[in-house]
Amino acid sequence: MITKLQQLEEEAQVELAAAQTEDAIQTVRTKYLGRKGLLTGFLRNIVSVPEEEKPLFGKRCNEAKEKLSAQIDAALARSAGGKKLASLRREAIDVTLPGRGIRAGRLHPVIRIRREICDIFTAFGFSIVEGPEIELDYYNFEALNIPKDHPARDMQDTFYVDENIVLRTHTSPVQVRVMEKIKPPVRILSPGRVYRRDSDVSHTPMFHQIEGLLVDEGVTFGDLKGILTAFLKRVFGEDTTLRFRPSFFPFTEPSAEVDIRCVICAGRGCRVCGQSGWLEILGSGMVDPAVFENVGYDSEKYTGFAFGLGLERIAMLKYGVSDLRLFFENDSRFIRQF
Amino acid sequence: MLISLKWLKDYVDISLDAQALADKLTMAGLEVDEIKTIKPSFSSVVVARILSVAPHPSADRLSVCEVTDGADRYPIVCGAKNIKTGDVVPLAKAGAVIPGGYVIKETLLRGQPSSGMLCSEAELEIGDDASGILQLSADLPLGRPLDEALDLNDTVLDISVTPNRSDCLSVIGIAREVAAITAGQLKKPRTRIRESQVDVRSLTSIRIEAPDLCPRYTARIIQNVKVGPSPVWLKSRLEAAGMRAINNVVDVTNFVMLEMGQPLHAFDFRFLEEQRIVVRRSRAGESFVSLDEKARVLPDDTLLICDGKKPVAIGGIMGGLNSEVKDDTQTIFLESAYFQPSSIRRSARKLGMPTDAAYRFERGIDPEGVLCALDRAAQLIAETSGGRVCKGAIDEYPQKVQTAGEILLRSERIRQIIGADIPGPDISRMLKRLGMTLRRSGKNMIVIPPSFRVDITREIDLIEEIIRLYGYDRIPVTLPSASLTELSVVSRQDLEERLRGLMLGSGYSEIINYSFTSPVFADHLLLEANDERRAVVQIKNPLSEDQSVMRTTLVYGLLETMKKNANNGSTNLKVFEIGRAFFSRGAGDLPVEKNIMACLLTGMQSDQHWGAKIPVDFYDLKGCLENLLHDLKLEGARVRAEAAEPFLHPGQSCRVYVNDQPLGILGAVHPDVLERMDLRNKAYVFEINLDILDSLHSGRICYTEVSRFPAITRDVAFVVNESMESQRMLDIVLNQSEELLENVAIFDIYAGKGLEEGTKSLGLRFSYRSAERTLTDMEVQSAHQRILDKTLEMTGATIRS
Repeated sequence: MITKLQQLEEEAQVELAAAQTEDAIQTVRTKYLGRKGLLTGFLRNIVSVPEEEKPLFGKRCNEAKEKLSAQIDAALARSAGGKKLASLRREAIDVTLPGRGIRAGRLHPVIRIRREICDIFTAFGFSIVEGPEIELDYYNFEALNIPKDHPARDMQDTFYVDENIVLRTHTSPVQVRVMEKIKPPVRILSPGRVYRRDSDVSHTPMFHQIEGLLVDEGVTFGDLKGILTAFLKRVFGEDTTLRFRPSFFPFTEPSAEVDIRCVICAGRGCRVCGQSGWLEILGSGMVDPAVFENVGYDSEKYTGFAFGLGLERIAMLKYGVSDLRLFFENDSRFIRQF
Repeated sequence: MLISLKWLKDYVDISLDAQALADKLTMAGLEVDEIKTIKPSFSSVVVARILSVAPHPSADRLSVCEVTDGADRYPIVCGAKNIKTGDVVPLAKAGAVIPGGYVIKETLLRGQPSSGMLCSEAELEIGDDASGILQLSADLPLGRPLDEALDLNDTVLDISVTPNRSDCLSVIGIAREVAAITAGQLKKPRTRIRESQVDVRSLTSIRIEAPDLCPRYTARIIQNVKVGPSPVWLKSRLEAAGMRAINNVVDVTNFVMLEMGQPLHAFDFRFLEEQRIVVRRSRAGESFVSLDEKARVLPDDTLLICDGKKPVAIGGIMGGLNSEVKDDTQTIFLESAYFQPSSIRRSARKLGMPTDAAYRFERGIDPEGVLCALDRAAQLIAETSGGRVCKGAIDEYPQKVQTAGEILLRSERIRQIIGADIPGPDISRMLKRLGMTLRRSGKNMIVIPPSFRVDITREIDLIEEIIRLYGYDRIPVTLPSASLTELSVVSRQDLEERLRGLMLGSGYSEIINYSFTSPVFADHLLLEANDERRAVVQIKNPLSEDQSVMRTTLVYGLLETMKKNANNGSTNLKVFEIGRAFFSRGAGDLPVEKNIMACLLTGMQSDQHWGAKIPVDFYDLKGCLENLLHDLKLEGARVRAEAAEPFLHPGQSCRVYVNDQPLGILGAVHPDVLERMDLRNKAYVFEINLDILDSLHSGRICYTEVSRFPAITRDVAFVVNESMESQRMLDIVLNQSEELLENVAIFDIYAGKGLEEGTKSLGLRFSYRSAERTLTDMEVQSAHQRILDKTLEMTGATIRS
């Protein structure tokens, strides 16, 4: 009898396996497990089973029913899942179409560089200050040790509003205005627009500078080198090579031009660095005692350094922009890339 | 400044190659911009030997030679008499180019083949001898290009001399630096002048009437000169320095200027009326024709060099046409003077004459080198033109030019500036090499700079020299000891950064327009005649008319940006700019600078999207602005549809207020403005004043407890006059201050079918909630009814059923 039970079970398995649809599975259930089902009714055969085997037979019958029932449930669940999947598949979309909604705007590359530099110097403890863009000749020149009729004025072609008012040619006048107001120690950074009467491939009549100034007791030329080295390594990478070389600015002495090893040719010489292997990055120097005297600082007690750099130049080098004028044409195809 | 290496080597021994020398100079503050090689103006001229010389069969004055360049043999027909077998000579082979642009060809000369040309010094322009073929040294390798064999190539350094270093505007000045840098020896040219018996004072006199502008004037007279071309050595020196040769007299004055840095001028003495010189200021309205043949009215205070009757030169700038050295000039009056630098600079600028002489005088020449240069030039003129220098020089020196006296150099101060110790003996050595006189004074030094170092007057100037020669690269890197300062923050900077973040997140990109613009902007924006934005700051010397006034609004620049982009096919634009606008306060005063942010939106909502193409409108931009104000917690912000701006659409624009303070404007650009600017698409702009915004926002965050109890909402549609502003409706509701009313918002607007003409339906959603309990319908209903009654009463609205 147990053998017959096993046969019945096997037949049920085969039929269940063959049942593809929910209906077919239900038919299998009715055939074997329904009220008049083959397995349901099989227990009746217990009468023809010897007495000692009856408990085992009964147990096996129940086991077989439970097993088949579970298998049918599973088959039904699979079938339902398949159906749902099929219906979800019919909702398929083209996932490669572009998404909808806002594309973030882009920061102007010059502003991006300005932000980067300001972040570095604020981390060094510098405060950000501002000054007028239309400036008195006194602050733009004279207080910075550039008297009228001095050849140093040739270094900066100037836009004039009237005899005593100019569009500032550099951000340096801000140092004077700050020092007139506060006593040392001074650690300031002043970004902004500046203007020079010059226009060609490498000059635009307006561009951006950042001016830095640090005044305190005991500030040395070594400190100038230290801060500017740390700064340039942050901007251009730790392995940047730099050199400080003597130069002239009327408001600093000694003055230093700071060059970095050309980022394009690594010093071998190329068009960008004019074959020299070096790129001029910023001007700097120890604040000239004459400037301190103009703002009433004791130049015997305090020393300090100042530096200034053009943001467009840094942006050109960092992003590989070859034409300065692009920064002010505001072509969306240009801006979009930053 | 162009410096020939060969010329430089006349005054200092240089063992470094050009690149190494350039590096050293650059690192000492004389930046070398470029290194150029100059070659003589011939090519394919080689060293050759004459193998045989035979008479030309059909021409008496020619001979036929066979020459070799070591590889091949060439038949050459030659007219010179000074050649014989075995001579080593320059051979211009077929295809060679010789000065004057002549190309040598294979040819037949009186029936004899000739495949080249033997050359004289003069033909190659490497010397003046035209009498015969140049005889070369027998040990030169055959076939070697002549420029290499004779070392005719020169290297020229283009040095940019900073404005303080007037002493380096000469070859000797650079040589002195090279000597100081390389510890070499400076070899100054020695002038031994041979004078005639004629005393210069018997011929001429000098009177200085403006000693403040001309403290020193010296002169010599050279007689019996023969004006002609300069010798080759002189020409080649000038050419290497980028100067054109003119004649032997003028060339000498230029040569000495380049050599010593002292500009000189040679007058033809016969044109000096009354045979004398008067140095004076120009008189009102006086005019003058200078060597460049231009007549100019002279500004007041121009220094003039005059003869007994008339001006003959603009002092320190340019000589006059009326006294120029000509081919038949016989007597030269040679001037060497010191002019006051700032006066020369002023005059040169006013006259627009930035000459080489003015360039040097305005930077300050060596007041004590005036006479030395005069003697040098007089002697060279005599040598090159066969003239005789009269006895003596006139040296009018009424006002001593101040040069630096003793400067105290403290070792402690050196350390204070540099931050490192440089040994005292090194310092003395460096300063001495620069021509300084010094003596010890305890730990310190007393230094007297030489007269040509007009840039050195103070201790700090000396310290710069020390560190410059010591080497910037040798100063150890340190970091400043931090004395902490309280950061004074410009809060507007923070505000700007915050606005940037919000704008970028909303899809707007930042642009930068020039701060100057065209004066037509005011008309294009239809500004009223009395609009304050017409009070522009004008630039006196603009580069062009369309960059001649400072902007008073950022909107015009944005519209120009829109136009440029439209021309490039970019019609969808979301851009903003943060910058200043400038308002004149009248002549003599600094203008008011306002910090502004402006924004422009045009095109489609979604750039290049495949979905619905929805054009942007007023509310897209308003949403952007609201987002900013909301982020800044400026809940008191309101817009008012006033006649906002002449350049905005009168029905689609407003002013923005925060607590009744005007912040800016927002709206569609007026169609007339678009038309005037040739813009095809609608555009929306806002412009807000950041100084005001900064003063208004505190950024304070104030948290209110979130209620745990549910809200009950009521929707009501009011029928109102179509001109009724929705904000007014909301204000009326909110002003009733019903405690339970948590929020009211517009959820629907409708006009059209089912509504009377001239009315619209405003759907308001009222939301009621308590922080303490769940509200009952009863409570909500009574509050809601109070609001409705009052609202209907105040607006005359009806409730739409």
